[in-house]
Amino acid sequence: MNIPYTVETRPDTGLANGKLGIWLFLASEVMLFGALFSTYIILRTGAAEWPHGELSVLLGAINTVILISSSVTMVMAWASLKMNEWSKHRLYLILTFVLAGVFLVNKYFEYSEHLALGEGPWASTFLAIYFTLTGLHGLHIVGGMVVMAYFIGPGAKMAKTSPEQFTNRIEYTGLYWHFVDLVWIFLFPVLYLL
Amino acid sequence: MQSDPAEVKKTVRKYFMIGAALLLFTAITVAANLIHLAVPLAITVALIIATIKGSMVAAVFMHLNHEKKWIYASLMLTIVFFIVLLFVPLLTISDTFGTHISAPGAPAHGESGQERKD
Repeated sequence: MNIPYTVETRPDTGLANGKLGIWLFLASEVMLFGALFSTYIILRTGAAEWPHGELSVLLGAINTVILISSSVTMVMAWASLKMNEWSKHRLYLILTFVLAGVFLVNKYFEYSEHLALGEGPWASTFLAIYFTLTGLHGLHIVGGMVVMAYFIGPGAKMAKTSPEQFTNRIEYTGLYWHFVDLVWIFLFPVLYLL
Repeated sequence: MQSDPAEVKKTVRKYFMIGAALLLFTAITVAANLIHLAVPLAITVALIIATIKGSMVAAVFMHLNHEKKWIYASLMLTIVFFIVLLFVPLLTISDTFGTHISAPGAPAHGESGQERKD
């Protein structure tokens, strides 16, 4: 049995099912991170004092540059498919995957440095919210990498059997990835600079 | 959302331009942090720049500048709930802003652990 409206748009919404589905998923993600941002505001406004300069701004800024670059390569992976440039699509998707990996390696060094100094999430309220927010964000990076690895590997077969559906899947992956980038755009100043 | 390959080709340059603008705004955010502005001003500047960057990602990379009304409707609903989520919890503590709250058993603020004389 074929699932309807994977490529063609529904007459009532004007959207393919996957498109509306990924946006509803992202809406739930907004609420998830929103709850944690709300927690951060309450903890910070209620604290008698708040630490400043505990995190490496350089490492945070490098990770921001990495994620922004990965957003550009991700949207180019989709645009290349639309322009029927298969090899460019592969290159951009692999680049996005590699940049995501570099982000995590950077984060690993950052975490290691803190943990070596005994600055784990138990050490202070600030470090607890820092590890919670960046840890959850890091899990989203891992999730995105798993999806990208699938489309670089076994999932790429669909490009031959159903190219339009494959293009849609890359678009939805991209929407998720840009959301992950968007969350970091707010995490960076909130945690590293303020 | 563009579906025509020729139309997509035209937007490729825009994607790179937006990417460059995002990197520039990141540099501005870090530079503003080096100036050591007053805390309220620093928070305002950093959040305004982050909002501009986020809007650029949403509008151009996520194609929200030309989407279907169902997407906008679901996002509007999300924004309403997001605002409620951010501000309703604050109302529960709004009467205690600026009040030092000690942990149970800890000496009260300003008493320095000395016993109170009645």
